[in-house]
Amino acid sequence: MPTVTFRVWRGDSEGGDYQDYPTEVSEGMVVLDAIHDIQAQQANDLAVRWNCKAGKCGSCSAEINGQPKLMCMTRISDLPIDEPITVEPMRAFPSLRDLVTDVSWNYEVKKKIKKFKPRDPDFEDGTWNIQQEDVDRVQEFRKCIECYLCQDVCHVLREHQKHDEFIGPRFLVYAASLEMHPLDVEDRLEDLKKANGIGYCNITKCCTKVCPEHITITDNAIIPLKERVVDRYYDPIKKLLRVITGG
Amino acid sequence: MASMRVLTQRSFGETSRRDTWWVQPMVVFLGLSAFIGYTTWAAFQGVNYFHDEGGAHYLSPFYSPLLFGQGNEPRWFASDRPSFWPEWLIFSPAFLILIGPAGMRFTCYYYRGAYYKAFWADPPSCAVGEPRKSYWGENRLPLIFQNAHRYFFYPAAIFVLILTYDAYCAMWFHSPDGDAQFGMGVGSIVLALNALFLGGYTFGCHCSRHLIGGYLDCLSKAPVRKKCYDCVSSLNNRHMQWAWVSLVWVAFTDVYVRLCSMGVWTDWRIF
Repeated sequence: MPTVTFRVWRGDSEGGDYQDYPTEVSEGMVVLDAIHDIQAQQANDLAVRWNCKAGKCGSCSAEINGQPKLMCMTRISDLPIDEPITVEPMRAFPSLRDLVTDVSWNYEVKKKIKKFKPRDPDFEDGTWNIQQEDVDRVQEFRKCIECYLCQDVCHVLREHQKHDEFIGPRFLVYAASLEMHPLDVEDRLEDLKKANGIGYCNITKCCTKVCPEHITITDNAIIPLKERVVDRYYDPIKKLLRVITGG
Repeated sequence: MASMRVLTQRSFGETSRRDTWWVQPMVVFLGLSAFIGYTTWAAFQGVNYFHDEGGAHYLSPFYSPLLFGQGNEPRWFASDRPSFWPEWLIFSPAFLILIGPAGMRFTCYYYRGAYYKAFWADPPSCAVGEPRKSYWGENRLPLIFQNAHRYFFYPAAIFVLILTYDAYCAMWFHSPDGDAQFGMGVGSIVLALNALFLGGYTFGCHCSRHLIGGYLDCLSKAPVRKKCYDCVSSLNNRHMQWAWVSLVWVAFTDVYVRLCSMGVWTDWRIF
C-alpha cells in the first residue's frame, strides 16, 4: 500500500500550523478514511466533524487541496499523491479547532428568511391542488444537504467577510425554494434586495461548481431571483405598468 | 512531523489549489481582448463590409442593419451618413448599431461572471486570494447598471431577426439582368450559422428565460408558455457554449465577408 502525506491544519481561532501525517492508503479510501486513520494512530486529539460518510449529512465539509469538498466523497485515487494532500477547515467561518468550524451563523441567517406562507386551501378539507411540473423547479433546491461548501467558496463571504449584509448562495437557494413555490404568497423581494444583499453576488458560479448535490445554484436560483428583483426595482417600464394598473 | 507557515489572510493569487486555476481566466482574458480589439478595428474601417461579387449579397453582421451606406449596398436610408453626424467626426455605419450587441454581451450573466474573474480578479478564480479588500458587488454604481440587461436583450433579439433576414438574402444570387436565383455559397452557410448561433445565445439568455415564463410560479396553466420556457431553459443550459461559439463566429463572419469583399478569398458557390 502506498504512503501518502496528508498536510492537515491543526489549530484554533488563535492560529495554528499545518502538520504532515504520512499515512498508508488503499484502494477505495476517501479523505475522511485517511483522517480517521490519522486520528486513530497519530493524532488522537485531531478534531473533525463527520456523521454519515455517505455525502448526505453535510458534516465533513473541508478544503482539500484548496477546493471545498466533502471529505467523505473525495476519493484519494482522484488526487495527486506524489505530493502532500492538504486538508484545511472551511475558510469562510470561524475556526473552532482543527478541521471543525463554527457554522452557527448560517442557522441565524435561516431564521431571518420569511417562512413559507401558503395561499388559502383549494378545498374544504384544507388541501391544495398543485401540478408536479409546477414544483419540479423548487424540488431541485430541496436536495440541499446544508454542507455550506457554497457559502465557503463564495468570495463575498470568504474574502470580503460580508456576513452582515449578504446571506450567501445557500440561503438564496432557500429563498428561491420558497419564493418560486406555487403555493407560496409571501413577498421576499424587498428583503432579497436590501437585507439579504443579492446584489453582492457577481455570478462567479463557484457555488455551483462545489455543490455536492449538483444543484444549479447560480442559473436556477440566484439569477432568477435577481431577475425578479429587477422586475420590482430596476425596470422602469414594469414600474410604470404597475402604477397604471395599480398592481 | 513538519510544521509550516500559517495562512491566515490570503493575498492576491494565494491559494492551496494545485490545479491550473489560472488557465480559464487567462483564456477568457485573451479571447475577449482579441474580440474587442478586432471588433473595434473592424468598426472603424467603414469599408469592405458588403460583398456583392458574382451576384452574392453578403453583409457583415457588424454592419447590419446597414442604416447608412453606399448606393449599391442594402442601406435603409438614402445617404452614406446621418445628417446629425458632425463632418469632422469619423463615421462608420457600425458605430450606430454595435452598442446594442455590445451592451447585450457586457451585461450578460455569463460574461459578467467571466470578465469579473478574468479582467478584475474579483475573484481571480474560485477559492483564490483577491487583490482588493473593498467590494460593492452589483449593489451600487457603476455595476448596478448590469440590471439593465433586459434593455439590451430587446434590441439584440431584433438584431437576430435582421441577421436571419440577411442570411436569407445571402441565399439569393442576382444575375446582371436583375433576376434573383436561389443558391448557396460558402458565405450563405457562414451567414446562416451566424444567425443560428446568435439566436441560440440571445434567446437562451437568462433574461429571456425569465421573461418567457421564469417570473411565474405556476406554468402548468399556460402550456404553450411552459413549452417555450422549457425550450429556452434547454438553450440556457449551454449558455456559455452558445456565448463563445456565437462570439467567435460573428467575428469570423465579418472576416469572411471582408476578405471576400477585398478579393483575398473567393466565395465558392455550391449551387
